[in-house]
Amino acid sequence: MSTPTSARPGPAAGAAGPTGRTTRAATRPAATIPVLLWLPATIGLALLVLPLIGLVARVDWATLPADLASPEALSALRLSLITAAAAAAVCVLLGVPLALLLARAPARLAAVLRAIVTVPLVLPPLVGGIALLSLFGRTGLFGGALEAWGVRLPFTTAAVVVAQCFVALPFLVLAVEGALRASGTAEERVAATLGARPLTVFFRITVPLAAPGLIAGTVLCFARAMGEFGATALFAGNAAGTTRTMPLAIYTAFNGAGVSQGEAVALSLMLLAAALAILVLVRGWRPGASR
Amino acid sequence: MGNEPVAGGRAGDRGEPAMGNEPVAGGEPVTGREPVTGRGRLEARVGGRRGGLDFDVALELAPGEVLGVLGPNGAGKSTLLECLAGLLTPAHGHIVLDGRELLSATASGRRTVPPARRGIGLLGQEPRLFPHLTVRDNVAFGPSFGHRAARMPRSRARAQADAWLDRVGLGGLGAGRPRQLSGGQQQRVAIARALAADPAVLLLDEPLASLDAEVAPEIRRVLRDQLAATGTSALLVSHDVLDAVALADRVAVLDRGRVVESGTTAAVLQAPRTPFLAALAGVNLVAGVAVGNRVVAGACAFAGVSSQGSMRGADASPATLPDGARAAAVFRPSSVIVATSRPEGTSLRNIWRDRVAAIEPAPGGALLRFAAPALAAEVTAAALAELGVHEGDEVWLAVKASEVGVHALA
Repeated sequence: MSTPTSARPGPAAGAAGPTGRTTRAATRPAATIPVLLWLPATIGLALLVLPLIGLVARVDWATLPADLASPEALSALRLSLITAAAAAAVCVLLGVPLALLLARAPARLAAVLRAIVTVPLVLPPLVGGIALLSLFGRTGLFGGALEAWGVRLPFTTAAVVVAQCFVALPFLVLAVEGALRASGTAEERVAATLGARPLTVFFRITVPLAAPGLIAGTVLCFARAMGEFGATALFAGNAAGTTRTMPLAIYTAFNGAGVSQGEAVALSLMLLAAALAILVLVRGWRPGASR
Repeated sequence: MGNEPVAGGRAGDRGEPAMGNEPVAGGEPVTGREPVTGRGRLEARVGGRRGGLDFDVALELAPGEVLGVLGPNGAGKSTLLECLAGLLTPAHGHIVLDGRELLSATASGRRTVPPARRGIGLLGQEPRLFPHLTVRDNVAFGPSFGHRAARMPRSRARAQADAWLDRVGLGGLGAGRPRQLSGGQQQRVAIARALAADPAVLLLDEPLASLDAEVAPEIRRVLRDQLAATGTSALLVSHDVLDAVALADRVAVLDRGRVVESGTTAAVLQAPRTPFLAALAGVNLVAGVAVGNRVVAGACAFAGVSSQGSMRGADASPATLPDGARAAAVFRPSSVIVATSRPEGTSLRNIWRDRVAAIEPAPGGALLRFAAPALAAEVTAAALAELGVHEGDEVWLAVKASEVGVHALA
């Protein structure tokens, strides 16, 4: 996953070529990418990078501190951090057991479960928002029952967390499942024969062995929750202070209400910086990982 | 081994291998020693199907005894261990350890004690140390997190772990991580970890198989010493005859899910009854039918002496076999004389011709393999050069009757 090429000498390296010449300098692998493909590859890369450069170019550095320190921005940032952290925590609590189920289930069942877990990953978040409303809304499947208990979920801060969990959980589950599969069950079996009960084995052996995947998964899950927009907008709404997270604040600002466009750019820059920091963090964990 | 003197089976076993070594039918347990007081008395019978293998194995383990389980790949050795450890629940079976029922599986229902509460340890081919714990905490794992009854405070478990590391020759290495140790050292830690959990019975699944040849003898010695010092009963699955000789009091041979042979290690290896065991013991085994005190296999007829005498090189008495019974001729590859012309010699009674099926390198020379009957002949490098034979060449083969052990097969 991490190192795509290199490390292994190419077929011609060090060996005598067909002409009998030894190519001693050729310690690099022979180029295997057709020259023609460089162009689309470069355009693709530009497509990913240039907009971000454009964003940074548009930042008004003079007003940036003030933009970031505005009450609206701070409120959105605070809400985003709290809800994303809560969502990540919920995802860990629910996702690790689910990942274990996926990793240890018979192949067929695991395939079905994995497909189910992957759905929110490929589903447009807006659809997720409508789905959540259909379940928890006033006329929804559970909504009526919840109402009877005096609980109203949609358009609350809790709804933000639920929406974020819906879209972020697959990231955690798939990352942890991969780590659990990679670490296998041999150590768990040894621990069992040493007298450790199943729950002790889980906390003392299974979780520590999957720790690299769990950390990477949690960080990705947190990042996805931070960026959640579509499902939140539909299911939780856009109320300043209770459901207006950073992405919603950016959207609102860009539409000219509440905050200025400059603020939207400033907030975007902050999310970009956060995303980059998270990536660096995840990559930093990787080398220690067992995969 | 163990705290008890090494003694095999019933009195008279050694002198009469034909009795002591009788292959055991699936239903009859492999008999252990006379009852001894102590921990680690195991009685087990497990059976069922697993991946095409129909297995039914019964065995007994006396306190402090080490039983070697030998057998070719796919014989059901690992399945047996997994059933005993509780990692696999057989279709039918019954396991009792020191009077405690660990498994009762019949057609009407299965009751099983989970692995963690069986008091049965498992030491495999790979050390499987916990990479996130220090070496000391690996050894302290059992006492720290194991059986509630035997659990002790972490500080005491660690102190005990250090004592265990001393015992396996790794004193002072407790603070390090497993990955900093060599393969042999890791296996020592695994031994200490398994024994520190204080199992009543330890299952050893080819514990030396993944080690370098130079390291294996040391680890074998550590294992033998510690099993003896703790008086732990053990079941040793191995491919290596040395393991069986060095560690096991008795051996049981498994083939296709059944115990086909059992007895004291010495007796079983001296008079092997299966080609697998013969190969393990480094001897040829030609199975055939007894005719006039000879073993007739195809075009060959082997005259020989009482099996054990031939291997000991003493009191070789001519063998007596009931006509028509299944019988085996057993001899060493080095006893086979290979010649390009018919060998002359008054004492040579067993002479036949065959084509060389394969030539394999062997220490100090080569092994010539033959197909009919299947056997190997060992020749020195010089002799091979002098013979000038190649694969496919026909040669004369001979073996002195005094070097052939013959015995009846069940």
